[in-house]
Amino acid sequence: MVKNAAGRLVPRCVNGVDQTAFQGVGGYVPAGMKAKPRVSSCAEFPADGNKIVRSLADALKKAGLASGMTISTHHHLRNGDILTNYLFDTIKRLGVRDIRWYPSASFPVHEHLIRYLEDGTIHHIEGSMNGPLGRFASSGRMRGTGILRSHGTRYQAVQDGEVHIDIAVLAAPSADSFGNANGLTGPSACGPLGFALVDSDYADNVIVVTDHLVDFPCVPWHIQGNNVDAVVVIDSLGDPSKIVSGTTEITKSPDRLLIAEYIARFIEDAGIMRDGFSLQAGAGGINLAFLLSLKERMKRAGVRARFMRGGSTKYLVEMLREGLTEYILDGQAFDQEGIRSLAADPRHVNTSPFTSYNYHGKGNFASMLDAVVLGATEVDVNFNANVVTHSDGLLLHGLGGWQDCLFAKCTILAVPSLRDRVPIIVDRVTTLCGPSELIDVIVTERGIAVNPRRADLLKRISGSSLPIRSLTDMQTEVFALCGGRPAAPRLDENHCGAIVKWVDGTVLDSIYSLASH
Amino acid sequence: MNTRAQGAAGRNDAGSRSDCYVEVAITRRSGITIDLTSKVEALYGDSIRLLVNDVLHTIGIAHARVSMLDQGAVPFVIAARVEAAAARALGGSCRPYPTPVLTKPNTTDRHRLRRTRLYLPGNEPRFFLNAGLHAPDGLILDLEDSVAPAEKDAARILVRNALRAVDFNGAERMVRINAGAMGLDDLREVIPQGVHVILIPKCESAADVASVAHAISSICAETDRNDPVYLLPIIESARGVVNAFGIASASDTICGLAIGLEDYCADIGVQRTREGKESAYARAAIVNAACAAGVQPLDSVFSDVTDMPALLVHARESKALGFKGMGCIHPRQIGVIHDAFAPTQQEIEKAQRIVRAFESAKEARSGVTVLDGRMIDMPVVLQALRTLTLAVSLGLVSAIRNSAGSSRRVSNEDRKDDAHAE
Repeated sequence: MVKNAAGRLVPRCVNGVDQTAFQGVGGYVPAGMKAKPRVSSCAEFPADGNKIVRSLADALKKAGLASGMTISTHHHLRNGDILTNYLFDTIKRLGVRDIRWYPSASFPVHEHLIRYLEDGTIHHIEGSMNGPLGRFASSGRMRGTGILRSHGTRYQAVQDGEVHIDIAVLAAPSADSFGNANGLTGPSACGPLGFALVDSDYADNVIVVTDHLVDFPCVPWHIQGNNVDAVVVIDSLGDPSKIVSGTTEITKSPDRLLIAEYIARFIEDAGIMRDGFSLQAGAGGINLAFLLSLKERMKRAGVRARFMRGGSTKYLVEMLREGLTEYILDGQAFDQEGIRSLAADPRHVNTSPFTSYNYHGKGNFASMLDAVVLGATEVDVNFNANVVTHSDGLLLHGLGGWQDCLFAKCTILAVPSLRDRVPIIVDRVTTLCGPSELIDVIVTERGIAVNPRRADLLKRISGSSLPIRSLTDMQTEVFALCGGRPAAPRLDENHCGAIVKWVDGTVLDSIYSLASH
Repeated sequence: MNTRAQGAAGRNDAGSRSDCYVEVAITRRSGITIDLTSKVEALYGDSIRLLVNDVLHTIGIAHARVSMLDQGAVPFVIAARVEAAAARALGGSCRPYPTPVLTKPNTTDRHRLRRTRLYLPGNEPRFFLNAGLHAPDGLILDLEDSVAPAEKDAARILVRNALRAVDFNGAERMVRINAGAMGLDDLREVIPQGVHVILIPKCESAADVASVAHAISSICAETDRNDPVYLLPIIESARGVVNAFGIASASDTICGLAIGLEDYCADIGVQRTREGKESAYARAAIVNAACAAGVQPLDSVFSDVTDMPALLVHARESKALGFKGMGCIHPRQIGVIHDAFAPTQQEIEKAQRIVRAFESAKEARSGVTVLDGRMIDMPVVLQALRTLTLAVSLGLVSAIRNSAGSSRRVSNEDRKDDAHAE
């Protein structure tokens, strides 16, 4: 273990691969060349473009599936994903073991895979571990060490050659026999397929799996058939009712509504809301309520945004239609309205982790945003934040695009100051995911804390009637309510169950297994 | 270890966040054993066990088996649930456990603003902690309609603890007691805990007020409480409407008169509608009776918590009828009602012109205020001053013209003369 620039102990070597410790934001300078995908030849593929293979098992065999390989999937089918569970059932049936699974995210539906983690079909997961899979990793029973990467870092790791994908198995709600694919139509329509871009560009073998085969050409081709080895048709990719997320409901919680109101007022009072501004808001309950409040303020002030970043929802689409934003730059669609708008409206533009998030590129969109509103599981009194573990040490969430978004000009975290009896403003975050220098504002129902590094923001907000407070002040109040400072979680500091990468591929923190196991 | 008596309290179902379920089985020996399953075991497990022990020892129980399912309840809630379970085991009552006082001192005033009063169900602790952050003028811990009959005892303990542990963030501390004899039991728990206003439900006569006022004075005398406890009778029946003036003037601690329209409409056998024609008489009668008695007329709640535009319309009407505030059943209603009851720009400007005319008349030592060639009566001047005082306190105008001091003096006089002037 070595202490990194954030003061966190991190392993030097993970799953047999040497690691670089976090060196501070912008501290690590990459050198060398990007990864090189294998050269293919048209001579290996049918000239009529028909790459359909009878079954997923056949396609995997044709791709040379072997134990120890890295297999990637994308998460656009979210909790409705049937394909990934079917994929590992198939791999198990073929007697292959020790797979490194490289998903762009996992969902509770993937609890099915715990049996394969237990029996060794899957060696370890490099990707978000949500809910049940996170609990499994926290129990210390995963054979390898889990690696958490943000959406941008997942792209970066493949691009930089840190992760080599042997086989990408990509769910395609619409595809033609050549392998052109998108997520806009078909029974499992999910919106953009941007998270599969790096897989289709860099994997040795790319298998497109669809339940909605269309005649060539399948347009737009979010995945280009020229990168695809085989196309498999199955009955159903996913459960449509769970593909569109359930998070697009506006919160009814009074405290969360208050937080949303505070954020909207902050953005207005700090002068961030002005003609031509840009913003990213996700689909969480607070985010949607914030967006509605901001929308009213924009209308009242006659202000239009130049662009807003998705994940898109009907609320964002309404703003586009009403002319309150000129563009939506969208990485994922959270509801049917988002999917329909992306398919129909040229001002609703498909993006990928390459354009939006990749830190090892020549810039990205995330840092150009005027403001972003994100959540967190914990923040500490020094403005560091955690988004993957809870204060009891359990790993329960992935990073998503969270770290990538921290580079916005004003990064706002919306967090309740307590969840039941759990204080959210802690002395030291259980897991460091976001360094304080990138976190500008923390909004709770008790008030708004502005990072002292942002003297400019403090000055701009000085005339506002908003309750600007210090984090320690709010923490003291919450500790009194909760009956004092909580005990430290009991963790096994000899067993690192997973690590958290920073956007440049360095190691930001370690996630220890729970001590009771 | 045979069990002598047992009792249970609290909740453990899907909706029971921030609560806990406790079973206390009193035994003959072996001390206290605690079987705890808690959502926050890692963070507060040890502290919960210490608290449970402390509560039982204070109550005077030395031997018991405690089984507890905790959904993240804070200490004052755990203490209330353990005490309620123990009291039930002991046949109904036990020595109270004094949960630590965490509230900041907070005083009130008979004439303070009461634009919004937010109802919190008395047996649902998850709403308590942050209610004050939504900045209503008053927070009501409700022991009446929102509490199931079988839970009245548990709610009373929970509300008593909440009055000690929850910071109301400057909101007036209100409790709605039960009607009749049960209400007098409620008073014994809450009056010593610094409650500011007691809401008397289903009030039908001056005698209803008198019995509550009498009970409060004796509890205050027993517990050395010297500051006043104000009363807010709620009229919820045809009979109550008829007796409204008698009720509003039944005690000099009455600060307002409220109407409860759900029950009133049921009493006269009609459906409550959004337009409210069916209660036009009752509402007007309440406003008139309250003004005659020199107390604040306060309107009922608006039941649709999702329709904010309709709430705004309703609240503006309510203000136009003469009410000084409304009840709220969701915090998001608070801001809308405050906006509706704030003086409009037009009202402020008119009030400023009247006050200016009044002050020039004073400077000219003329007894008659004249504006635009018309004589202005004193009650109108006083009303204008009240509008301006409210506008200043809401930050709608920076200060009243000339010195703030002089206007405050006038406005104090105006208060004394309130009943007289109106």
